[in-house]
Amino acid sequence: MSKYTLRIARFKPGDSNPHPQDFTIEAEPSWTILDALNEVKWRQDGSLSFRRSCRHGICGSCAMTINGVNHLACETQLSTLPEPVVVEPLRGMRVIKDLIVDMEPIYEKLIEVKPYLIAKTPPPSDQERSQSPEDRKKLDGYYECILCGCCTSSCPSFWGNKGFLGPLTMLKVWRFIADSRDEGTSERLEIINDRKGVWRCHTIFNCTEACPKDLNPTRAISNLKLTIMNGKL
Amino acid sequence: MEMNEKNAESLHEVEGLLHHNLHKHDVVVVGAGLAALQCALEASKYYDVAVVTKLFPTRSHSGAAQGGIAATLANMEEDHWEWHMFDTIKGSDYLGDQDAIEILVKEAPEVVYELEHLGCPFSRNDNGRIAQRQFGGHTKNFGKGGAVLRACYAADRTGHVLLHTLWEQCVKNGVRFYSEFMVLSLVIKENACLGVTAINLLDGSIHIFNSKATMFGTGGYARIYKITSNSWANSGDGLSIALRAGIPIEDLEFVQFHPTGLYQSGILVTEGARGEGGYLINKDGERFMKRYAPEKMELAPRDLISRAIQTEINEGRGIDGKECVYLDVRHLGAEIIMERLPQIYEISLKFLGVDALKEPVPIQPTAHYSMGGIPTTIDCNVLRDGKNKIIEGLYAAGECACVSVHGANRLGTNSLLEATLFGRRAGKSIVKYLNDKNPGFKQLPEDSAKLAIDEVEKLLNSTGNEKVADLRSELQENMKAKCGIFRTENDLKDMLNIVHKLQEQYKNIELQDKGRDFNTELMEAIEFGHMLDFAEVIIAGALNRTESRGSHFRRDFPKRDDDNWLKHTLAYKTPEGIKFDYKPVVITRFQPKARTY
Repeated sequence: MSKYTLRIARFKPGDSNPHPQDFTIEAEPSWTILDALNEVKWRQDGSLSFRRSCRHGICGSCAMTINGVNHLACETQLSTLPEPVVVEPLRGMRVIKDLIVDMEPIYEKLIEVKPYLIAKTPPPSDQERSQSPEDRKKLDGYYECILCGCCTSSCPSFWGNKGFLGPLTMLKVWRFIADSRDEGTSERLEIINDRKGVWRCHTIFNCTEACPKDLNPTRAISNLKLTIMNGKL
Repeated sequence: MEMNEKNAESLHEVEGLLHHNLHKHDVVVVGAGLAALQCALEASKYYDVAVVTKLFPTRSHSGAAQGGIAATLANMEEDHWEWHMFDTIKGSDYLGDQDAIEILVKEAPEVVYELEHLGCPFSRNDNGRIAQRQFGGHTKNFGKGGAVLRACYAADRTGHVLLHTLWEQCVKNGVRFYSEFMVLSLVIKENACLGVTAINLLDGSIHIFNSKATMFGTGGYARIYKITSNSWANSGDGLSIALRAGIPIEDLEFVQFHPTGLYQSGILVTEGARGEGGYLINKDGERFMKRYAPEKMELAPRDLISRAIQTEINEGRGIDGKECVYLDVRHLGAEIIMERLPQIYEISLKFLGVDALKEPVPIQPTAHYSMGGIPTTIDCNVLRDGKNKIIEGLYAAGECACVSVHGANRLGTNSLLEATLFGRRAGKSIVKYLNDKNPGFKQLPEDSAKLAIDEVEKLLNSTGNEKVADLRSELQENMKAKCGIFRTENDLKDMLNIVHKLQEQYKNIELQDKGRDFNTELMEAIEFGHMLDFAEVIIAGALNRTESRGSHFRRDFPKRDDDNWLKHTLAYKTPEGIKFDYKPVVITRFQPKARTY
């Protein structure tokens, strides 16, 4: 066990701004930031608030900004970080309390782009729709998204214009457009072919750097741009 | 969503609640995992549905499931529902209700096809059909053949794809979500369920959801154990709320320990790894399963394998004297691992620093699943006596329910199936009830919110010197030691004493956070109260059942005893302690036999 210092942004409703508070804990180097936050909460300050559930990187609850980079707290080891470890809520999002942000703007944008299979052709009645392994492979790198929000909240275009649909939304759009069973391409492209849609992406790549599942929203958005342009020519 | 005229005109006063915290929906679903979302989706085709969930839906623990969902599609080789039925019944150590199991296996293909039609991105075989893999306990020809390719999968992220697909479809169907509302109590009057109370975590306000039909899809509870595959959210809230409402809980002594949790954390490493051909190895490099299940080896059912692994550890054959053995998948090769088991490669690397392509992975049994739960009919009606008296307007499905399809031990891939199939069935059942009976909204008693308000006030104002985190650790460590894989009378009696002591100490806790705004300390305190309730039921049930069956193993009663114990336990929480009732197992096609693999 060694000593680690965390500098955690604290905020409760009524405060004017988040302010940093230092906590020193005894921890193993293999502990994750989530382990460290729990240690602070359970042994030092019960009011420290953060979202968490699965603790193994599949639920997406614990996205936060750690030493200036977006991560899942549960997948980030203390030993990999210089001290003090600065833990802040996701950038560009309204802070509700401590490390908990209002995710509604992200969810609302996602819902806007019809994030569900659109298939007008009726499926076969007594079996699954057919999809070749090659077609199914086109979803790899997109279907794994856990909606954690690390991408959109790391995007300077999003910081500068909160109307921007953002990488999370557009990765999901690509997941459906790339699905051979989906027939909603034109409806979705119409929504994202817009200044608040794909054209606000300036290929900064913060989203791709931030994604804890190693997905590539920048590529998804480029694919969308190409699809739109190919349709126009 | 605007309040429509129907809602506005008949809002009655409920003591202690702000008027605008009273909500009316035809159907209220509690939880947002697979069972809950399937129910909501089904019911939303005809009725106004609200989902009340303490987590944003895609954060639900269903998303952590990895290996697959069982259905006899026979996409890869011959398979029959009768084989699946036999496997499930034998897997249950003959405690599963065979009428329910027959429904489960017969309707499975239809349910899986429907999920695919809804957009679920299953992995595909070369014929473009849903790909299926082997899994523990699933066999050909009533156990006489080898392992069968029955588990429909999406890499090793099957739960994730199912959960996201169902949420997407609920969004498409306009299901209303109340996210980060934690349900606190049931409102039941004259044997009818009127709805639930909940705390809005955002601001600590208490709300009531008045409904014509309420469905619980509240999931599991394995966070009462120190080493667990479960999310933090799995605190068995629905079980405790049902117990407090006087509803018995069925077969809760049957706790599933998944054989392969990552060493120390208990993070799930899918059985699919063994389905694809992985080996279990002890410190001597031996594939020790040949001594416990010579035919089925690593594909024996979970209870058997967990006991085998724990025995190896207890007898000193763990790795380097540690509480673990090895899961070795190296021989499967990079292509298979990265295509079919990519998440376990990622998990082993991220959480243990082990490269599964080059090294074997240290694993240990991990508390995983609840076979028992709220007793229901095969149409998902909650039974207030556990036998045949239903509570009008109350339904349950998924892990929190007990139909019973898993009996004393669950086969892998049968839970994703149960949750989606019975969730859908609950939805259909609700629609039929609302169509046939056309019930109106029943008037809420004035004191409907009292339980909820009092619980929250008490916790916020409680002064004392105990901390929830410390009490919870004590519960978790002791449950593992004294009510785990191997149980004895003395250990269980000790554990009951410990729980009683913790229940007393719980009255003396003090929260540092006494505010209302997103008080996660309060949330953890409420959850811990729930844990103490049903932990007592599990321990008492384990003490009460003087036999070994499925996942419940008593060193002092090591044999299965059909003469005395071929029956379901129904446990009531009373002021005098846990009281038991029983009901027979439904046996139709397969008579109980000895269970060997």
